[in-house]
Amino acid sequence: MSLIVFFGVNVIGDPVDMLINPEADQAEIERTIRALGLDKPIHEQYLYFLKGIGSGDFGKSFIFGEPALKLILHHMPATIELALVSLIMAIILGIPLGLYAGLFPERRSSRLIMAGSILGFSLPTFWVGLMMIMLFAVHLGWLPSTGRGDTAVFLGIESSLWTRDGLSHLFMPALNLALTNISLVIRLTRAGVREAMHQDYIKFARAKGLHPRRVIGVHLMKNILIPIITVLGLEFGSLMAFSVVTESIFAWPGMGKLLIDSLLQLDRPVVVAYLMIIVLFFVVINLVVDILYSVLDPRVRLKDQGS
Amino acid sequence: MKLKQSLCVLLATTALAIPAAAEELTIGLASEPTAMDPYFHNLGPNNAVTRHIFDRLILQDENQGMKPGLATEWKAIDDLTWEFKLRQGVKYHDGSPFNADDVVCSWERAPNVPNSPSSFGTYTKGKSVVKVDEYTVHIKTEAPYPLMPNDVSNIAIVSSDSGCEATTEDYNTGSASIGTGPFKFVSYSPGDSIVLARNDDYWGDKPIWTKVTLKPIKSGPSRVAALLAGDVDMIDQVPTTDISTLEKKADLALSQGVSNRVIYLHLDHKRSDSPFVKANGGGAIDNPLRKLEVRQAISKAINRDAIVERVMEGVAIKAGQLLPEGFFGVSDKLAPVDYDPNGAKELLAAAGVPDGFELTIHGPNDRYINDAKIAEAIGQMLTRIGIKTDVETMPRSVYFKRASRGGPNETPEFSFVLVGWGAGSGEASSPLKSLVSTHTPAKGWGASNRGRYSNPEVDGLVEKALATVDDDARQKLLAQATEVAINDVAIIPLHYQVNTWAAKKGLKYIARTDEATLAIGVVKE
Amino acid sequence: MSQAAGLLVETPLQRFRAEFRESKIAVAALLVLAIIVLLALLAPWITPQNPYDLAQVDVLDGKLKPGSEAFAGYTMWLGSDGAGRDLYSAILYGLRVSLTVGLAAGFLALVIGTAIGLIAAYSGGRTESLIMRAVDIQLSFPAVLIALMLVAILGRGIDKIIIALVAAQWAYYARTVRATALVESAKEYVEAARCLGLSHARVVFRHVLPNCLAPLIVIGTVQTASAIALESTLSFLGVGLRQTEPSLGVLISNGFEYMMSGRYWISFFPGIALLVTIVSINLVGDQLRDVLNPRLKR
Repeated sequence: MSLIVFFGVNVIGDPVDMLINPEADQAEIERTIRALGLDKPIHEQYLYFLKGIGSGDFGKSFIFGEPALKLILHHMPATIELALVSLIMAIILGIPLGLYAGLFPERRSSRLIMAGSILGFSLPTFWVGLMMIMLFAVHLGWLPSTGRGDTAVFLGIESSLWTRDGLSHLFMPALNLALTNISLVIRLTRAGVREAMHQDYIKFARAKGLHPRRVIGVHLMKNILIPIITVLGLEFGSLMAFSVVTESIFAWPGMGKLLIDSLLQLDRPVVVAYLMIIVLFFVVINLVVDILYSVLDPRVRLKDQGS
Repeated sequence: MKLKQSLCVLLATTALAIPAAAEELTIGLASEPTAMDPYFHNLGPNNAVTRHIFDRLILQDENQGMKPGLATEWKAIDDLTWEFKLRQGVKYHDGSPFNADDVVCSWERAPNVPNSPSSFGTYTKGKSVVKVDEYTVHIKTEAPYPLMPNDVSNIAIVSSDSGCEATTEDYNTGSASIGTGPFKFVSYSPGDSIVLARNDDYWGDKPIWTKVTLKPIKSGPSRVAALLAGDVDMIDQVPTTDISTLEKKADLALSQGVSNRVIYLHLDHKRSDSPFVKANGGGAIDNPLRKLEVRQAISKAINRDAIVERVMEGVAIKAGQLLPEGFFGVSDKLAPVDYDPNGAKELLAAAGVPDGFELTIHGPNDRYINDAKIAEAIGQMLTRIGIKTDVETMPRSVYFKRASRGGPNETPEFSFVLVGWGAGSGEASSPLKSLVSTHTPAKGWGASNRGRYSNPEVDGLVEKALATVDDDARQKLLAQATEVAINDVAIIPLHYQVNTWAAKKGLKYIARTDEATLAIGVVKE
Repeated sequence: MSQAAGLLVETPLQRFRAEFRESKIAVAALLVLAIIVLLALLAPWITPQNPYDLAQVDVLDGKLKPGSEAFAGYTMWLGSDGAGRDLYSAILYGLRVSLTVGLAAGFLALVIGTAIGLIAAYSGGRTESLIMRAVDIQLSFPAVLIALMLVAILGRGIDKIIIALVAAQWAYYARTVRATALVESAKEYVEAARCLGLSHARVVFRHVLPNCLAPLIVIGTVQTASAIALESTLSFLGVGLRQTEPSLGVLISNGFEYMMSGRYWISFFPGIALLVTIVSINLVGDQLRDVLNPRLKR
């Protein structure tokens, strides 16, 4: 992967002509190419890069001159914050709606929820994002339009979650990012409910005369939560990735925006480092999901995960 | 809401003592600087932001005129030596005094920053700085050099105590960001904000703002939205499409000014078989762009009024040469070419290509105001006189490399390109030397001559001008060189960009020709 | 007729049709989809302007309000965009591009994914685990990111965006086909077919593949819709298609900058067209899932 991207970005070109002051003469351009190490053959650059990785060095950004890893880590909290909040939104809104639609599939309101969930899947995120800014920030003036709010330190974590200003900045981008996932959770929950309702253990629990609330709250939820958690866990990763779009609309200073900027400016070290980090992230997420899985469903043994 | 928010920002980000009557300003910037180090990256956004913290020996006013900065006076004492008298009693933000040692070590560090994507060597090359006494320096050159004040105005002065040995990272964290400028560094968070506080001991006119926050907001609509929602007090680079709407808002004030940037077309003057020029049907053709009549025809086929009115929404000025009137070295004999499609067809017929040919125009889509739309409009206009034009636009990261050296042996890849040029020096030698002088790497000439235009007459005039220290004589030579090049249609000028700033009512920005956005330029009405 | 048909044994296709009709929304969506495809196919004959021919587009017609008259004499019912393209014409032509990209990418991904999935299921052993490892890695990686990287590297153009979309989507098909095929190949009829000495190809194509068809159709519709959406997202991010031959995504992103100036129509109408297209494909796909998934049968 790193190989493909490393060479791929190199094929597109190098950023020198874009970075350099237009007044610079040819000698100055040459000097810059040498300074960035771009005069060497590409395989040599790659070997050099691999050597760096061995010692945790992903190279320096062409544009900012700072270590690429440092840049990404600097932008990461903002993105995690955004993805986390939008995940919570998806759960809070998605599960009750899905439960309702699954329990009463024939009701008109349920049909409406399902149709709405298809809309949520289909809406182009960037379009909705702009509509939201127009409505909530410009027209109604309820929420700030773009950017990240103030941060504060709480429990040793610096985040904009702890301030009112921060939360008000966070609301729109998080909702925008959550749209697809709200729909996803609704559909997963509904499908889970409908499938489970026909299962023997639910019938049995009902027959035992348990209160419906207990049947739904304990027996049903426990079983449908497994696929939801699995999918949401994996979705957390794609939320971080998809934030590329949301972050560029809402000028959210996260790693998604960093990626798109770096990609458009051919800042190869940052792009490659970003991918490495994201891959690592996915590995961690998968692990966490597996562990949660086994907590919720004792039938799954951790050692089975190898296959 | 606004006030509360600003207060929050203030409390969260600074531990400075705040005077009761705090005057705060938040500006939404279209382009973000890449570092706080004034020598890291020689590019507009960086130079604009570092100018808040670091003074130069000579400062450029809003029309790029030279005014005293840390030097009170300067003159050429002989052909090869310039003398600068330094301002006395100036203190750095940390209290240390400013003197000639700072100038010497600043000039040493300026061209030698590791990993710099565009260094300041362009300005320091061929010059040596000598300390004469505490408050006098001499800058010596190898040949007579009339542009010395321009170059000097581009080199920031850092402190010999803290700045000369520091790394770029030290500047970004603030430990080395100690200058003599009107503002002090408070914090820098890439992608998010740059916070500055007033330097109460500033030697010049003290800024009215006690605290300034610069927020990069790259996307045009988002920037406008931020202003309308009151998140920022002012924005730069207002998208042309939003100007008429914003003008109607009573609680906003706009300021506009022509820039030093001309948008123009460069044509392949060199290759007889140009890669993106084809005969009708796609066959080979002897490059018709090398014929003067064809170049004139293309210029006449372009409806500059339509571009200015429709594409630029009236916010641009038709161009007939390399710099707008009022700049040093422009000619008073050149006017924008009038739209004349029939005349253009006649010229094509006279040139032996009455049925036109096929051409591709290449342009960036994220560099100049409305660049891709301009390229598309040109495509439409040329197609209508028979030159069937294909339009290809791409991100600047890809575009500039290919346009400058994407072809075999580092030659320009394209045949017909849309580009812009801002004269950093604020006078005509800059575009003349880079765009229409013969491509000569050894001399550093024609570095952006992407059409490989070559005319000994132009070269001779430019050479002579650059060795003439007398202003009047130089101005005449530059104007003459411009006339020769434009009458030969070396490039086809389209328009000069006009920049627009928008601020909430009560504020006004003094528009600058160099496109920079400076907090000191924001005044109260 | 229905009575006569009711007495006969229903063919699977008839049953499928009847069940599909149960949802009025899905039928309506199918109808809308048919109209959209028809409009796109007929675009050159029912639009006043060819938005790809620069000689017919004039900046002087740019940014006109819906209902304005163009210089050439016709009325622009949906207004025009910044370059002077009649939006009605541009949307229909854009639909062609978007649908072409979506269908081509969907179809190619289906073919390639299915082939790989079948190979994995049928060959087993090391080949299988290698392929499935690749599928897992691919699936755990968001499609946007894969497509974004590829398009950034490959450059603009319809062919390139299709390649990128296929690369981002093939794994969904491969995984589904392999899973279904594994279930099927374990069944007796496949065993029986093998014992009869039928060739591998025959077993796969005549027996295993038809049984994978139902889930493939469902995934195919959903993935086609997501390919269309993905293309518009990429175009919005500035790495998609060329702006002189706009897809719906390019039209929307061109209109993006006009949102604040009250020229809503430039991105609003293409946005609606995109929305209707994707929603109707998804609605049809949704009903297909319900019909074709035996586990949900009441």
